[in-house]
Amino acid sequence: MSIDMAQFHQVFFEESFEGLDAMESGLLNLDLGDFNVEDINTIFRAAHSIKGGSGTFGFTAVSDFTHVMETLLDEMRDGRRKITQPAVDVLLGSVDCLRDMLQSIQNGSEVDQADVAEHKLALDNELNNAVPNSPSVGKQTAKASTVLPADDVKQIAGWVIAFSPHLHLLKTGNEPVRMFRELASLGHLTTTVDLQGVPNLYDLDPEECHLSWKLEVSGDIPETEIDEIFDWVEDDCDLAKQPIYQTPSESTPFHGSPEIAISHAVSRVTKDVSSELASSEESEANAADRKNGKKEDAKAAPKGSSSIRVDTSKIDTLINMVGELVITQSMLSLLGEHFELNKLDQLKNGLSQLERHTRELQESVMNIRMLPISFVFSRFPRLAHDISSKLGKKIELKLVGENTEVDKTVVELLSDPLVHLVRNSLDHGIEMPDVRLAAGKPETGTVTLEAYHRGGNIVIEVADDGKGLDKDKLRAKAIEKGLIDADAILSDKQTYELIFMPGFSTAEKLTDISGRGVGMDVVRRNIQALGGNIEILSELGKGSTISIHLPLTLAILDGQSIAVGDETYILPLGSIIESLHVKEDRLNRVAGKGETFLLRGQYLPIIRMHQIFNVLSAKTTKLTEGLIVVVEGQGLRCGLFVDDLLGQQQVVIKSLEANYRRIEGVSGATILGDGSVALILDIPGLVRLANQ
Amino acid sequence: MSEIIELSSTDQQDAKRLDTSLQFLSFTLGQEEYGVDILRVQEIRSWEPVSRIPNVPSYEKGVVNLRGAIVPIIDLRERFQLGHSDYSPLTVVVVLQARMADKTRIIGVVVDSVSDVVDVNKKSIQSAPNFGAKVSTEFINGLVSVSGRMVMLLDVDKLLKLDGLDGEDES
Repeated sequence: MSIDMAQFHQVFFEESFEGLDAMESGLLNLDLGDFNVEDINTIFRAAHSIKGGSGTFGFTAVSDFTHVMETLLDEMRDGRRKITQPAVDVLLGSVDCLRDMLQSIQNGSEVDQADVAEHKLALDNELNNAVPNSPSVGKQTAKASTVLPADDVKQIAGWVIAFSPHLHLLKTGNEPVRMFRELASLGHLTTTVDLQGVPNLYDLDPEECHLSWKLEVSGDIPETEIDEIFDWVEDDCDLAKQPIYQTPSESTPFHGSPEIAISHAVSRVTKDVSSELASSEESEANAADRKNGKKEDAKAAPKGSSSIRVDTSKIDTLINMVGELVITQSMLSLLGEHFELNKLDQLKNGLSQLERHTRELQESVMNIRMLPISFVFSRFPRLAHDISSKLGKKIELKLVGENTEVDKTVVELLSDPLVHLVRNSLDHGIEMPDVRLAAGKPETGTVTLEAYHRGGNIVIEVADDGKGLDKDKLRAKAIEKGLIDADAILSDKQTYELIFMPGFSTAEKLTDISGRGVGMDVVRRNIQALGGNIEILSELGKGSTISIHLPLTLAILDGQSIAVGDETYILPLGSIIESLHVKEDRLNRVAGKGETFLLRGQYLPIIRMHQIFNVLSAKTTKLTEGLIVVVEGQGLRCGLFVDDLLGQQQVVIKSLEANYRRIEGVSGATILGDGSVALILDIPGLVRLANQ
Repeated sequence: MSEIIELSSTDQQDAKRLDTSLQFLSFTLGQEEYGVDILRVQEIRSWEPVSRIPNVPSYEKGVVNLRGAIVPIIDLRERFQLGHSDYSPLTVVVVLQARMADKTRIIGVVVDSVSDVVDVNKKSIQSAPNFGAKVSTEFINGLVSVSGRMVMLLDVDKLLKLDGLDGEDES
């Protein structure tokens, strides 16, 4: 075949990762007592298509691995095997392992063979365990096969293959003779043809295949090689293969076991642990693997172009919109050809139509980039499951507002900080069941993940009903670490903000889940880099809520233009609380320098824009003559002193860094209607600038 | 767009390298004459008002909108401490492409006037003399004599890097 398979790889990987996600959520939602066959079917289907795909693309390691999973799932599906928690855990572990494998292949790096072998071993153990009808036999076999020394693979003397093609096999372009030739190249081949199915000459359709064969191929041939030969005709024939053993061994094949016994033995080679030990180590190994996996996730940045799946309805809207735009355009150009003054009204109408369509088009184009936040949320049930079972806590995870849509970039950049926050809540927030009961709270802790829109922002809240933050403890710790002075006076809010300082961790004991104190400052930095902010509310004994405010999209912003002298700046509308003129008697000076003004009983610092930006053309330097715009950023409020407010408009954010560099106090730039460039102000940056 | 330009210019450059002659765009700053590799010149524009950027060195005049891209404008006169001269409609902005790390940045430099395109034989390029700490010759690639006048050949990448346009800073 001359088709370049590599062009399909990206699609395959994406579909596989989707399949893995489906498997994971399917496994997590599996109600052990009362499960729905359809649930398992979904999981099975996902596994099957990954196996099929990887086989087609020649990722045999993946297809082999998936095959074992599939066997296990198949037995569960047919009700031949009971679904147990350990089995589900093993499957979950395998999903992780599979994801790692696929990622390694995608990035072109080495697959961690030891890891794969370990998971395969776990799967095999599970398979060989408890076959429900004859548990003792199963166990015996399991034991027997684990005792097999590595070189027992050689035991296979050959294979007996019953190959009966369906009638249409030849029409699919497959030629049995060629396959036999392949088989013959593996070892000595004896074929016995069965002519029974052949009809008499008059009824014979020469394009149909009525023959079936019994093939005996001798030699030490791995099963995969046999599979490979029949790979293409798998669905077009009945195929049964049975290994021939040199010496009759105690591992007499029972259902589904031959291949398993073999792969089992193979995995033995890499790891020589007795099965009893293996099963007890299994959970630890899994946890360790998961940790490794996480680390790899972090460093293995996705290679190649990223793509996005878009709802067809969104595209239809777009096409409609473009159609209307074209109509408006042709109307306008017609008007322009023979323009007379009496057609002015028509022109105005046309222009306003054009404006409307452009705006709608812009909105729908932006909409394409919008993804439901469930893309991020969906990974948390798994996290909660893992952590609660590991720590012995009882935790219920509630997801609210999963369908809230956010820009794709935001979704991608949000997931890491959010994982950190949820992990913190699960690990530090929620207490152990006995502690909870003693505190008069329900035994099961609740962690709520909620997303909703507010104004032009999306708000994401991580709330738990755990022990909350201990202000005194935070304070003591901060003093001990030298982050604040011993006599510093901090508001509640400022105290909570301490946890965002670099190198701050109050956990008495470090766990591998969280508590190294490298997290929260990074979380805050990431959120800020997205143009958002993060706030924390907490009550000791009742729980804490962390809310993240983020702009809906990174590309467009609702802005308020302000004038300072003859320069124009844009303030994000969301950060403006109000704007006012101040009277002389409301103004105060702190230490003769810092200026504040009184707003409803609160003293707010004043930042003079003309001063921090060195605007020489400022109309006024008297605070009473200009305007004070009260803005909020990162929980800090202050008054920006400007000359005037100009107007509100949506602006397209352009990067200053693309050709230039980052400027303190400025988050980006935009192009105004007249073609000139205006800078977009960054409130926290301005505050920092003013404090310098 | 810029990517395409960059690609083709690289190709041409490679071809050029085999050749012995290089082409430079020469321009004047006061009494001095400078040259930049012509393959790095994207376009020549007349001066138009810029949007000032706060708290940057005075030679970084500000940014302009160049067909949707935000492009910084640098006054080379001030950069080389040759004194400020007023801008007139005849003042010229040379838009240059600089390569930094793996990115191409576009940047405009204000010069007094553009003079000529000069063909320079590679062999005739002299290395810049070392004046010690007194005169910074870091961004001067070499000197060349064009019909009796000395033209200083600027290294665009170095020149624009000196302005601290690293971008991959703290953030």
